[in-house]
Amino acid sequence: MIIELLLAFCLIGAVVVFVLPDEYAPVGALTASLFPLVTSFVMWLGFDGSGNAFLEGGQLAHETMVQWISLGPYTINWHVGVDGISMPLVVLATVLTTLAILTAWTPIDERRSQFYGLMLLLEAGLLGVFVALDFFAWLVFWEVVLVPMYMLIGVWGGPRRKYAAVKFFVYTNLATLVMFLGFMALVFGLGDSVSTLDMPAITQAIRAGELGSLAGIAPGTIKTVAFVAMFVGFAVKVPVVPVHTWLPDAHVEAPTPASVMLAGALLKMGTYALLRFNFTMLPDIAADFAPFIALLAVVSVIYGAMLALAQQDLKRIVAYSSISSMGFVILGLVAYTEYGLGGATFQMLSHGLLSGLLFASVGVIYNTTHTRMVGDMSGLADRMPVTTGMFVAGSFGYMGLPFMAGFMGEYFIFQGSFAADFAGSMVFTAVAMFGIVIVAGYFLYAMQRTLFGEYRLETDYTVGRAAVHDIVPLAVLVVLVIVLGTAPNIFFDMITDAVGPMLGGGL
Amino acid sequence: MAPLPDWTAAAPAILLGLTAIALLIIDSISPRSKNRNLLAGTTLVGTLAALAAAVGLLVTGTGTNGGVAIYGGQIVVDGMSLFFTIIFTSVAALVTLASYDYLAGENEQAEYYALVMLATTGMAMMASAGSLALVFVSFELLSLPSYALVAFLKDNRGSVEASLKYLLVGALSSAILLYGISLVYGVTGGLSFETIAANIQNSGLTGMLGIGVLMVLGGFAFKTASVPFHFWAPEAYEGAPGPISAFLSSASKAAGFVVAFRVFTVAFGLDIVSSVDWVLAFQVLAIVTMTLGNFAAATQDNVKRMLAYSSVGQAGYVLIGLAALGGGQDALVLGMSMTHLLVYGFMNTGAFLFIALAEHWDIGRTFADYNGLGSQAPIACAAMSVFMLSLAGIPLGGGFLSKYFLFGAAVGAGFWWLAAIAIVNSVLSLYYYLRVVRAMWFEESNGDRTIEGYPLGLYTAVIAAAVVTVLLIPAFNFVADPAVDAAAALF
Repeated sequence: MIIELLLAFCLIGAVVVFVLPDEYAPVGALTASLFPLVTSFVMWLGFDGSGNAFLEGGQLAHETMVQWISLGPYTINWHVGVDGISMPLVVLATVLTTLAILTAWTPIDERRSQFYGLMLLLEAGLLGVFVALDFFAWLVFWEVVLVPMYMLIGVWGGPRRKYAAVKFFVYTNLATLVMFLGFMALVFGLGDSVSTLDMPAITQAIRAGELGSLAGIAPGTIKTVAFVAMFVGFAVKVPVVPVHTWLPDAHVEAPTPASVMLAGALLKMGTYALLRFNFTMLPDIAADFAPFIALLAVVSVIYGAMLALAQQDLKRIVAYSSISSMGFVILGLVAYTEYGLGGATFQMLSHGLLSGLLFASVGVIYNTTHTRMVGDMSGLADRMPVTTGMFVAGSFGYMGLPFMAGFMGEYFIFQGSFAADFAGSMVFTAVAMFGIVIVAGYFLYAMQRTLFGEYRLETDYTVGRAAVHDIVPLAVLVVLVIVLGTAPNIFFDMITDAVGPMLGGGL
Repeated sequence: MAPLPDWTAAAPAILLGLTAIALLIIDSISPRSKNRNLLAGTTLVGTLAALAAAVGLLVTGTGTNGGVAIYGGQIVVDGMSLFFTIIFTSVAALVTLASYDYLAGENEQAEYYALVMLATTGMAMMASAGSLALVFVSFELLSLPSYALVAFLKDNRGSVEASLKYLLVGALSSAILLYGISLVYGVTGGLSFETIAANIQNSGLTGMLGIGVLMVLGGFAFKTASVPFHFWAPEAYEGAPGPISAFLSSASKAAGFVVAFRVFTVAFGLDIVSSVDWVLAFQVLAIVTMTLGNFAAATQDNVKRMLAYSSVGQAGYVLIGLAALGGGQDALVLGMSMTHLLVYGFMNTGAFLFIALAEHWDIGRTFADYNGLGSQAPIACAAMSVFMLSLAGIPLGGGFLSKYFLFGAAVGAGFWWLAAIAIVNSVLSLYYYLRVVRAMWFEESNGDRTIEGYPLGLYTAVIAAAVVTVLLIPAFNFVADPAVDAAAALF
């Protein structure tokens, strides 16, 4: 019941905040977001799951399974629950939403109640994606997420907001269609052996080899086609080079809080889905394609970092560095070892916090300077010491400073992928590690030029200290990054417990 | 308790008819009354009573076991007729609520509401018709008030012109329908569906029967605004008063479909008529209707006209219910078509009522006129966004589920190509539905538009439609299940 409560809090909060008068909306939204936040922590404290939700022997925590729709041969259940992979992501989503709402207090000054209502609707969609175990419910949430994000970018975004919003919507919606066709090929291939769209049941049936031929196409071909279709569909969301082009546009135009949610939580939907669908349902195909996927991952890491290196806009730098970081996640997934899969999941959390921290810091800087161009400012450290400190902390976290979450995530991934047994795993890992050097390069360069040196600002604004409510989300994120970096086991144990069963078969 | 007499099964239609008479009596007692509380109130009470009666009958199981046949089989009350009566009365209730504000200050309010009620009575009778004779009579009972309602804004040239076009095309298609009926009568020697079904096999006059069936089909294509009899729809929907556009595009369309469903499953059932391949005709109709409707909608600059074409496109999806028969999933396919009509009844009515709201505010009709409306009327615009996204098949409303299962049922019946074309159309339709959302929320408002007041009735209707559209997601099974059962009873 607690998961339904979690979703209900978000949805009710969204409606209530939407109709609140504008002046009460910021506080109202913050209050409303505390309900799901607390609920997610209660869920975490009461977490009693073990194993992988999709595989045999997996014990779900907080599971609900009731029949939702039953029509002729189709049965659809309301099946939700969390395991060690989804639980941390649920906590991440609720934490980020609350903090993102705080980051909105300063920059969002018009149509506030609508803005905050959409943020809470977005949270509901995100949480739904992470907790749904029936494909149909999952797809509903997956699509629901698009709408508020589209509106957030399109209404409150920068100068090219309309273009960016439409590009975001069209890219990800087409990707969903491709992914949907791929998944449906599997469902039809299974025929009568699975009568529902229950994802664990489908996964187990596929892994048990119950996939039959469809219209004369052999099961092996169906699996390959489905894998490719789903991979392409999810890769857009992650995003993986070369289908990443919507991301910089969306990020640059999006208002700060939307960027925090987009980088921090929305991108994780893509990697989460890859982990659940491609790598849990079709591990054998994943193994066949492993070198190719690893190549894509490494290209994302290096190319994303190179693109970041070439940017002059702070937000674009952070946006492109997300592509690079998500490349590490893909590398961890394809490694298919305990550390690889676990590290990939852990990296989702750490990147969620770190990219949220960086986007929020850039947002605070922009609020006071009204420019994001590296060349337009320098020496901000004297005028905004706290914000500078947070930005520096976030950057170092990104570069992989030990005792911060980014280090642990990348360490796990490299350890896992180095030991992976697909061809050339060591080479791929070594090349990917080089990406960190580039990350250090562009962050150090950007920090040095903007934060340190002589004070100079090309715009007509005076730089002063940021408001407390701007700093709080940054500080909380820094603390969380350090907590996760020093005590990764608060989540990593749970994660490895859930990814362990995946390694039993297939590879 | 003694069982109720059989005629009580027709209670919804009777209640609607009585409401119409009550309104006419009120009008004769105090002519030209502008007491909108009394008039709209009477209509609303009558409509809701009919709705409650239909729901009650459906829940208590009147529709099961082949239904209740009364008046010598002329009227058949079964699951399908009750299901559709629920659609008609729900739409009529929303339209009445909206008209409360829309008609404020108009002179002939009693006539307006009486005509709406008469048309709704016609629809309810169409849903229960057991013979082609009653089909034709109730068809006209629906059509004649509709012509008058479209022309209700007598001083508005667009309204009158639209009504004239509607009347001319309507008269032509009535003639075609009637001629088709006479041909079928000539071949089978009966008008009741059962007689037709019984005699149709023994007849050797395949050619004449085929022409008759096609002509009957043409008559329904007119009511459902399917290609090639859709020309009247954009004109009539655009020219008519907003609530009437909602009424025609949702309820009247559904009425056309219910007769088509019944005639083509009971009288000309696939298992009976092997000589005339009407499924092929419906497949062609479905594909052409959805594609043409979508492409025409995409090129419009007028929101109401866009919605008019979109409703043509949606009719194309519903036609899948007849076009995908014979694939072993007949009940499911037809049931999903019915469910889509019900969901469509709320989301499309809501969308047209939002247009009525915009007309009430006098803010113009093009996409550009809607620019920035979201900051002035956020709640109504949020509701409109729900309608648009739900019509496009984004799961913010029940439209996603009904489309998903409709297309899924078509795939399951082996008509995957039909579903594929429908899905492509559905994805394309996102373009023009999102244009409304974009205009309302993303664009800056141009000029100084002022919105006076937030009319209670229109707002209630729009928000009620939005709430039902959203609630149909969790409650989908409650409407889909009776629909499939009702459809199954026909085969």
